[in-house]
Amino acid sequence: MTGLLWLVPALPLASAAALFLLRLPRPVAATLGAGSVGLAALIALITGISFLNSGQPAYELTLWTWMSIASFTPEFTLHLDGLSLVMMGIITGVGFLIHLYSTEYMAHDDGMQRFFAYMNLFVASMLLLVLGDNLLLLYLGWDLWQPGNGTAIAAAALLLGGAVGKSAQVPLQTWLPDAMAGPTPVSALIHAATMVTAGVYLIARMHPIYELAPPVMTAVALAGAATLLIAGISALGQRDMKRVLAYSTISQIGYMFLALGVGAWSAAVFHLMTHAFFKALLFLAAGAVMLRLHHETDIFKMGGLRKKLPAAFWSMLIGGSALAALPLVTAGFYSKDVILLEAWQNSTPGIGGSWLWLAGMIGALLTALYTFRMIFIAFFGEAKQDAQEGTEHTWRVLIPLGVLAILSLIGGIIPLPLESVLPGGEGDHHGQTATLLKVLAGVVSLLGIGLAWLLFGRGERTQSRSALARFAASGCGFDWLYGRLFVRPVVTLARLNKNDAIDSFFELIAWSNTRLHRGFAATQTGNLRWCAAGIAGGAAILFALAEVL
Amino acid sequence: MEVAAIPLEHSLLLAAVLFSLGLLGVLLRRNLIFVLISIEIMLNSAGLAFVAAGARWGGPDGQIMFILILTVAAANVSVGLALVLQMYRFVRGLDIDKLNELSG
Repeated sequence: MTGLLWLVPALPLASAAALFLLRLPRPVAATLGAGSVGLAALIALITGISFLNSGQPAYELTLWTWMSIASFTPEFTLHLDGLSLVMMGIITGVGFLIHLYSTEYMAHDDGMQRFFAYMNLFVASMLLLVLGDNLLLLYLGWDLWQPGNGTAIAAAALLLGGAVGKSAQVPLQTWLPDAMAGPTPVSALIHAATMVTAGVYLIARMHPIYELAPPVMTAVALAGAATLLIAGISALGQRDMKRVLAYSTISQIGYMFLALGVGAWSAAVFHLMTHAFFKALLFLAAGAVMLRLHHETDIFKMGGLRKKLPAAFWSMLIGGSALAALPLVTAGFYSKDVILLEAWQNSTPGIGGSWLWLAGMIGALLTALYTFRMIFIAFFGEAKQDAQEGTEHTWRVLIPLGVLAILSLIGGIIPLPLESVLPGGEGDHHGQTATLLKVLAGVVSLLGIGLAWLLFGRGERTQSRSALARFAASGCGFDWLYGRLFVRPVVTLARLNKNDAIDSFFELIAWSNTRLHRGFAATQTGNLRWCAAGIAGGAAILFALAEVL
Repeated sequence: MEVAAIPLEHSLLLAAVLFSLGLLGVLLRRNLIFVLISIEIMLNSAGLAFVAAGARWGGPDGQIMFILILTVAAANVSVGLALVLQMYRFVRGLDIDKLNELSG
């Protein structure tokens, strides 16, 4: 049954093509858009089960050969192993739920068909990304390298550059909060199921090369730690519900990078999966709120939504608890706990594991704080706005919310078939220290929620105007800093060079030619006597010259 | 009777004066017929210079050249008069300053 693997990316791709090219009635477009991903999820499930039953470490399906030149025969091959299976499951599964939700969310939007076309294309390309095998061929040469090999370090650093940009890590994180303008299901798709996690996937996939480059591993861990703190602080200052969630995504991917940096490959992928569940849930819940509130996203204009929007409230509460790693009952707790544990036990030279662990713990506190700040402000207290009438949610919204809520709670028990792909963490997960760390992580999470209740639960319902709050609201000043560092100098240079120094040289040539032309043209009067005088004068000059020389 | 030879300088001076007068006529006159006459004067001054130089060295070349100049002048005048007629039709007059169509 694994031979059906090619259908998984092909179905969304074909559906995207149909949606782009044909003009379909709205129900057909919605059914096709969501159905193709749903079918792909079903096939992914079937192929996944039969792959796991086969017991092989990897399965390859060669579709065709691009070209064949002597020994150079690049093939189009799908590669399925534990890691790509997990990614494929997340993309198709969570992706399908988001699509299903979108059929209602976009039901009255003019661009619905285009929307589904792009969403399907997105899912298809992400599936090709995780199933493609091209980069895997590079494995061949790596066995010969020693750890610390210069080429390995360079390759790892360059790959890291791409991953940092794609996954919105410090210092390239500023684009993600600004990418919130699209419809909420798009945010859910790119944050949870696809796009931004591609950087994490890339590094996890390339782990052999990273293990040969310890300095780059350290850089990955530091980037992750810095990101999770900075994004956590930034999230505390946001008014816009979607921006809070955007910063929380950056922060959570920071955790994944931290895990990758300390060699906890499986933990990173585990957190990627649980994050996909609860972040999709949070975004869809935010979308459900927006659907009923005339697309209002400012949490300070909400309030008291708990009773009016119970479905959105419970979804948000469960997703928020998972994000805040509420102990024992949520999936987020288990995945984040493994990361913190491995960070503690990590022995990266230069930076002690305990510092990374501390950063993670502070981040956990911040996470709980900003998540429940949003929930308390938006859903508790007095109502400030009435829900729109006649927009009760149907099953197409409630089912995705329900499934994702269940997954956010129990997703932590899903066993991931990663042993054959990723080397396991060295750490001991059951010792006394491990238990202590688990308890500590749980306490910090509860502490953050409690603190959020004290700060935002009852009293303050307007945004603080202190310098710190403004600093957080501005995303820790990164936009300002980049404005100063890059935008201003470029604008200044552009202003200085407004007249284009290089161009002015060529303009000089053109200008002098024009002037000469005008000068000579002025002598061409067409007057016969003037011409004769010219001839006579010229002859006189020639004779004079002949005489003188 | 031996005619005293006229010094070459005198003849050349006369030729130069004639040439200058002709040139001035070409430059200052606006009537095309006078311009043509001035050109004839210039041609004749050149002829005079040839004849004088031929007499000075006692060769036939100067007189041969003068005959050549005479024929050229005749051809010149015939073409010139044809142009005068054409011009008269074209601009209704003989003022050569009206012929400035080649102005750059």
